[in-house]
Amino acid sequence: MHQISVAQLAKGLRDKQFSSTELTRHFLDRIASLDSRYNSYITVSESAAMAAAEAADRQLAAGDAAALTGIPIAHKDIFCTDGLRTSCGSRMLDNFVPPYDATVIQRFKRDGAVLLGKTNMDEFAMGSSNESSFYGPATNPWDRERVPGGSSGGSAAAVAARLAPAATGTDTGGSIRQPAAFCGITGLKPTYGRVSRLGMIAFASSLDQAGPMARSAQDCALLLNTMAGHDPLDSTSAAVATEDYTAALDNSLEGLRIGLPREYFGEGLDAATGAAVDAALKELTAQGARLVEISLPHSHLTVPAYYVIAPAEASTNLSRFDGVRYGHRCEDPVDLHDLYTRTREEGFGDEVKRRILVGTYALSAGYYDAYYKKAQQVRRLIKQDFLDCFEQVDVIAGPTTPGPAFRLGEKSDDPIAMYLEDVYTLAVNLAGLPGMSVPAGFVRGTPVGLQLIGRHFDESRLLNIAHRYQQVTDWHVQEPPEIAEGAA
Amino acid sequence: MAIEQDEIEKIAELARIRIDADHIGDVTRRITDILHMVDQLQAADTRDVEPMANPLDATQPLRADEVTESNRREAFQAIAPAVENGLYLVPKVIE
Repeated sequence: MHQISVAQLAKGLRDKQFSSTELTRHFLDRIASLDSRYNSYITVSESAAMAAAEAADRQLAAGDAAALTGIPIAHKDIFCTDGLRTSCGSRMLDNFVPPYDATVIQRFKRDGAVLLGKTNMDEFAMGSSNESSFYGPATNPWDRERVPGGSSGGSAAAVAARLAPAATGTDTGGSIRQPAAFCGITGLKPTYGRVSRLGMIAFASSLDQAGPMARSAQDCALLLNTMAGHDPLDSTSAAVATEDYTAALDNSLEGLRIGLPREYFGEGLDAATGAAVDAALKELTAQGARLVEISLPHSHLTVPAYYVIAPAEASTNLSRFDGVRYGHRCEDPVDLHDLYTRTREEGFGDEVKRRILVGTYALSAGYYDAYYKKAQQVRRLIKQDFLDCFEQVDVIAGPTTPGPAFRLGEKSDDPIAMYLEDVYTLAVNLAGLPGMSVPAGFVRGTPVGLQLIGRHFDESRLLNIAHRYQQVTDWHVQEPPEIAEGAA
Repeated sequence: MAIEQDEIEKIAELARIRIDADHIGDVTRRITDILHMVDQLQAADTRDVEPMANPLDATQPLRADEVTESNRREAFQAIAPAVENGLYLVPKVIE
């Protein structure tokens, strides 16, 4: 049951091949026996999952099941879950049990999905390797010496190790796409505002977006159908109509214009990763797509602009963690100042502190114009580059990452080397566009991804291209050797 | 732009984060590296470019001024480190 897709599981449940109770038990057993190797879950929700599975079985028996009824799903530990600890990978929230569900969680519950547990992540989603988690890093199921990527590394590892049929992630600068690429799964970051941010613990509010992580584009489409939609409780949620994201999956690619930004294929790209992307593009041209060379001339300013805007917004958002209302509080504070400063010293890890400090600096009197305002101006130039390109092409493609997964510890002591891991993904968040990573082969035994970038609200086209690609390739159904052999 | 250790101390105070004396040098060095990297922005020509705060250039939606939420004080305070009689407790602020 762990070897088949969400779409196949949904059919199996309807055809009574197995029950949701059996399916959920199967995944809980796999997590219990295997996850010590991958550390992909922070919290497993066994009893609530079994109760939800029983309820789903009653719905299935009554014939009023939704597409995801009875399907176990893992959620990144950034989504608030009513009555279930939500840590955001931080000591600050190690004891935090939210009194409400995030809108994303509510929607999955409404549609009958079973919440398996909460997945590991970089602390407050700040990282590209899962190594900044208070709970220790998740590992890459293709090579446990390597990182699964981040920040949604636990979700990617859980799906790759077949410890969940699908998962949710969030993406502020690449945090769905990069771990999806490293773990050989399919991940979609929707357009900014497509999925509600209510109850999703904020990192950088103008960049954060939730999306599905699964084996295939078809499964991502099924999850997005549940996740997407306007939420009146999130003022940044887009009041744009949703669609059935599975409807266009099989559309022809004949005449599709794919833009290749020359800045994404130059210096810094690992040759074998570039070759895998080239081979993937060839598959798309074989189906009638046409390749067009384009340029995103402000690409070299993406990393600097992002590392002003994201920390600035983070420093503001994370000011709420004060040791007064919830979360960690230091022992025996002598006064209020001591309570704040020591709580935050103890509660936050090094990378989170660094970003708060950089953000505080960029927003402070005398530096605001030179850093924050400047970065916001550059942000508009970056977005305009994309809009200009979309006059000539329907979609943009390139590598998701500069290379395959790096080793645990290889970059954890060098923040800037880590930041450069997201060089191809950050601009998509700055521009608010949808982006996707699709498994495109292997480099030295670990997976790499093809990134697809679409126009605002053009998720269906990305899913269509990815699905057509997955009809003629099998990268996305391959399993990590130790999983396929059943040795793990 | 180089940043001095006393500036980091000031920023840490603004951010209400205590930094151990043993770590302040290391923190200063790493933040200097990051600021050096972001200084590439200064070379960009941004004359007449409107700063962009929201990727969709969306504006704040308004709604009618009606009560839509119920009072959940007990649930919220159940997860607080210290409360008494419906109030959040902190160390004494006024002598």
